Amino acid sequence: MNRLASAKPWLLSGPALLLFLVFLLIPLVMTFLLSFNSFSFYGGIEESYGLGNYIEILSDSYFYEIFLRTFLIALGTTILCVLLGVPEAYILLRMRPFARSLMLLVVLGPLLISVVVRTLGWSILLGNKGVINEFLIRLDLISSPVKMLYTSGGIVVALVHVMIPFMIIAVWAALQRRDASAEQAAESLGASPVKVFTRIVLPQAMPGILSGSLIVFSLSASAFATPAILGGRRIKVISTTVYDEFLNTLNWPLGAAIAVLLLVSVLVIMLSWNRLVEKRYSGVFE
Amino acid sequence: MNSNGKYSLIFNGLFTIFMVAPLVVVIGVSFTPTGYLEFPPSGLSLRWFRAILDNPDFIDAAWISLKLGVCSATVSTIVAVPAALAIGRERFLGREALQALFLSPLTVPTVVLGIAFLRLLSLLEINGTFIGLTLCHAIIITPFVLRLVLSSVVGIDQSIEKAAVSLGASGWVVFRRVTLPLIMPGVVGGWVLAFITSFDELTVTVFIVNPSTTTLPVRLFSHITQTTDPLIASVSTMVILFTVALMLLINRFYGLDRLLMGESR
Amino acid sequence: MSFLEIKALTKRFFDMTAVDDFSLSVERGEFVSLLGPSGCGKTTTLQMIAGFEDPSSGSIILNGRNLSKVPARKRGLGIVFQTYALFPHMTVEQNVAFGLEMRGISGDDRRQKIANALDLVKLSHLAKRFPKAMSGGQRQRVALARALVIEPELLLLDEPLSNLDAKLREEMQLELRRIQQDAGVTTLLVTHDQSEAMALSDRIAVMQNGRLMQIGTPFDTYESPKSSFISNFLGKSNCLDARLISTGDDGAKLDVNGIQITGPAVNLLPGKVLISLRPERIDIVDSAEGVLPARVLERIFLGDQWLFRLETTIGNLLVVRRNRGRREAEPGETVHIAWLPEHLRILPQSQENVA
Ligand SMILES: Nc1ncnc2c1ncn2[C@@H]1O[C@H](COP(=O)(O)OP(=O)(O)OP(=O)(O)O)[C@@H](O)[C@H]1O
Ligand SMILES: [Mg+2]
Repeated sequence: MNRLASAKPWLLSGPALLLFLVFLLIPLVMTFLLSFNSFSFYGGIEESYGLGNYIEILSDSYFYEIFLRTFLIALGTTILCVLLGVPEAYILLRMRPFARSLMLLVVLGPLLISVVVRTLGWSILLGNKGVINEFLIRLDLISSPVKMLYTSGGIVVALVHVMIPFMIIAVWAALQRRDASAEQAAESLGASPVKVFTRIVLPQAMPGILSGSLIVFSLSASAFATPAILGGRRIKVISTTVYDEFLNTLNWPLGAAIAVLLLVSVLVIMLSWNRLVEKRYSGVFE
Repeated sequence: MNSNGKYSLIFNGLFTIFMVAPLVVVIGVSFTPTGYLEFPPSGLSLRWFRAILDNPDFIDAAWISLKLGVCSATVSTIVAVPAALAIGRERFLGREALQALFLSPLTVPTVVLGIAFLRLLSLLEINGTFIGLTLCHAIIITPFVLRLVLSSVVGIDQSIEKAAVSLGASGWVVFRRVTLPLIMPGVVGGWVLAFITSFDELTVTVFIVNPSTTTLPVRLFSHITQTTDPLIASVSTMVILFTVALMLLINRFYGLDRLLMGESR
Repeated sequence: MSFLEIKALTKRFFDMTAVDDFSLSVERGEFVSLLGPSGCGKTTTLQMIAGFEDPSSGSIILNGRNLSKVPARKRGLGIVFQTYALFPHMTVEQNVAFGLEMRGISGDDRRQKIANALDLVKLSHLAKRFPKAMSGGQRQRVALARALVIEPELLLLDEPLSNLDAKLREEMQLELRRIQQDAGVTTLLVTHDQSEAMALSDRIAVMQNGRLMQIGTPFDTYESPKSSFISNFLGKSNCLDARLISTGDDGAKLDVNGIQITGPAVNLLPGKVLISLRPERIDIVDSAEGVLPARVLERIFLGDQWLFRLETTIGNLLVVRRNRGRREAEPGETVHIAWLPEHLRILPQSQENVA
C-alpha cells in the first residue's frame, strides 16, 4: 500500500517524463557537447573536444558587439514595457467590467497572434516609405524619412509590442490581490492621484513588475522573428547569429557554443535577479 | 469602484492605437489593388486574397500547421494531465524538480531549443518529419497545458473526491465521474492555448522543418525575408481572422483573461 | 458490545500527536458529538473512522466489523463534509443518485430511494437544480440526502453547519435532529460550537489536545464538568482559585481569598482547588439574604437577559439575570449576591489532589 502510494506520482508523470527526457534533456546535453566539437569547412563536424569555439567567440569583437546589442535591446524593451505596461495594467484594473473585458481582448489578444504577422505590421509601419514616415512628411514635421527599419530602435519598438502583454499580466496579477480601499484611504488623507499611484499602487505592483521584467527580458534576449525581419542582415542579434551559423554557414559547433552562452547568460541573469528580488522582498509579500 | 481620469483615458487610447496599429496596417494593406505594400490602400480589391488560391504553398503550409497544432496539443494534453494530477495532488520527493522540468521550456531560449531539436532529430534521422515536429512542439507547449490544468487541479476541493469515495466509487470512477469533469475547463483551455502556440511557433520550427513539412509561420517568414508583395499581407490577414475567431470562442467559454493569467478572478 | 467501538485510537503526524488514545462507544441510533476547540483532533478522528487517514494505532469496530482493513469506499458510511463537497457538475438528483449508482441500484428502486431522500430533506422541488444555484442551507440538505440515501450504518458530520449564518444554523439544527431521528441513523457529529452540540446530541464527547476529556449527556456535562477547561468551554463559568479545608458528609469547607464558603462534598484531598460557579446560578438579592456584597463594574443588555460584571472580595464575577422588565442595578451601585452551595463545583487544580 505504501510502496504503491509512492510509485503513483511517478506512474502518472511517467509519460511526460519520458517525453521530456528524450526530447529535451538529451538534446540539450547533446547541444552542450556539440559546442565543444570543432568544424572545418570541408570535413564538417569533427569528433574532437576542445574550447576552440568559446575562445573564438570570446576573442572576437564581432561577437561582443552582437551580445552587447542583444542585451541592450532586451534592456530597452524591458524598460519601455515597465513604463507603459504598469500604468496600463492599473488603468485596466480600474475600468468597469465591460470596458475592461473589451480592453483585455485588445491588450492580450495580440499575444495569441503570430509574431511573424505582427512584425510584418511593424515593418510596414517603420519603413522609409512606411506609414509613419509618410505621415510625418505629409505633416511637414520632417523633410526626409527617418530611418527606423533595420535599426535597433525599430526592433525595440516591435519587441515592446510583442512583450508588453506579459508585463501587463504580471502586474495585473500582483495588483489584483491588493486591497483597493487602501487607495481610497490614501485619497481621504489628501493624496493626489499621482501620489496615490506612486506611494500606494506602485509598491504593491512591485513584485509583478519584477517578475514581469524578468520574463520580458529573457524572452527579448532570445527573440528571433522580430530581429530577423526588422534587423535584416545588418542588425544581428544572438539568435539570428545562431540561425545563420546553423542554416547558412553550417558551422554547427560554433552556433551551439553561441547558443550555450545565450542560455547560460539568461539563466545567470534570471537566478541573480530572483536572488535580488527574494532578498529585497522576503516577508513583505507572501 | 474607482474610475479613470482624463489622462488615464488618453493614455489608454494611445496604448490601444499602439497595440492595434500593426494589425490594422496588415489588414489594410491586404486589400490593395496594387502590386506593392501600400497603406492606406489606394482602392479595395480582393486580388491578393485570390492570389492565395494560386499559391498552394501557403495552403499546404496552413494545413500542416493546423494538423501539427491539433496533434501536438493532443499529445501534450495526454501527458500533461496525469502529470498535473501527480504534481498538484501528491506529496513526493522530486515533485518540485519535476514541475521545474516540465515548465523549463518556458525559460530555455527558443533558439537553443531549436538547435537542440535539430541535433536530436538529425541523429535519429527523423528531421523534417511530421512526427518529429509533433513531439518537439509537444515539448514547447506542455508548460502551457500543465499550468492551466495544474491550477484547476489545485482548485478542486479534495473533499468532493472523498465524498465520491465514501459513496463507494473506485479510483477510476472517481477520476472519470468527478475529477475529470472538474478539471475539464483547465484541460480545454490548456489544449486551445497549446494549439495556438504551436500554430504560431516559428523559432524552433524554422530549424526542424523540411520543404514538405513547412508550416505557415515558416512559409510566411521566408517569404517576408525574400520578397515584399501584398500576398504576405493577405495571408497574414487570414491568420489574424482565424486567431481572432478562436480567441472569441475561448473568451466565450473560458475567459481570455483566465486563459492567459491563470486562475485569477 | 456497542454498535461502534473505538478503542485506543491514536494518530501521530511526524512528531505531533493529533489524536491520543481515544476510546468511545456509541449505541445504535445514538447521536454523539465530538466537541472541542480548533485543532484538537476532531476532524482527524472522523477521517480515521471514514477511512481517509490510517490510524497509527488503535481499532475501530462498527457493528462487529473491524474497519481497519476496509478501504474507505467499502465502509458504507454517510459523510457530510464541512464544505458540503457536492459534485458541482451534477444536479441535485444526480448528486443523490451517485451513491446508489455505485451500488448498482437502478430503475424504479433508485428513483424511489432518491424521491424518499429528497422528501426527507424537503428538497423534492429542486431536484433538477445545480448546486451553485442553491443557498447554503439547501446545499447542506443535498449533502445530507446524498449521505443518507445509501442507508449508511453510520453518519459522520464534520462541522456541517459552520458555513451557515446564525439564524439558518439554528433552523438547520432542528432540521438535522428531525432528519436524524426520522432516518434512525447512528450519527457522529464534529463541532466546536457547544450550543450546537448540546442542542443536537444524546451525548457529548469533549476533546482537548487529541484526548477525550469527558463524555456524557449534555445536561450532565454542563452541570458536572470534570475540569475548568470543560466548564469554560461549555457555557460561561466563573472559575476561582480556592483552598479546600475539609470535606465530608455535610459538605465541603473552602477558603476563597480569606472568605469561608461551603460547597457540595467532593472526592478530593484538601489543598489548592478551583471552584466554578455558573453566572446564571448567582442571584442578586436583598442585603439580608446576601452571601457577599458586590459592586457593579459593568452591565450589558442582551435582550432576554442582563450580563453583569461584579467586583467582590473573592474576585470578579460574571452574573446573568433574566430580563423581567424591571430596573436593574447600575454600574457603581453596590448589590448583594447569593448562590446555593450545591451549585458550586469544586475541581482539582491539577492531578495532585485527586483522591
Ligand atoms: N496531514 C497532517 N499533517 C500534519 N499535521 C496534521 C495533519 N492533519 C492535521 N494535523 C494536525 O493535527 C491536529 C488536529 O487537526 P484536526 O484537523 O483534527 O483538528 P480539528 O479538531 O478538526 O480542528 P478544527 O476545529 O480547526 O477543524 C492539528 O494540530 C493539525 O495541525
Ligand atoms: Mg476540523
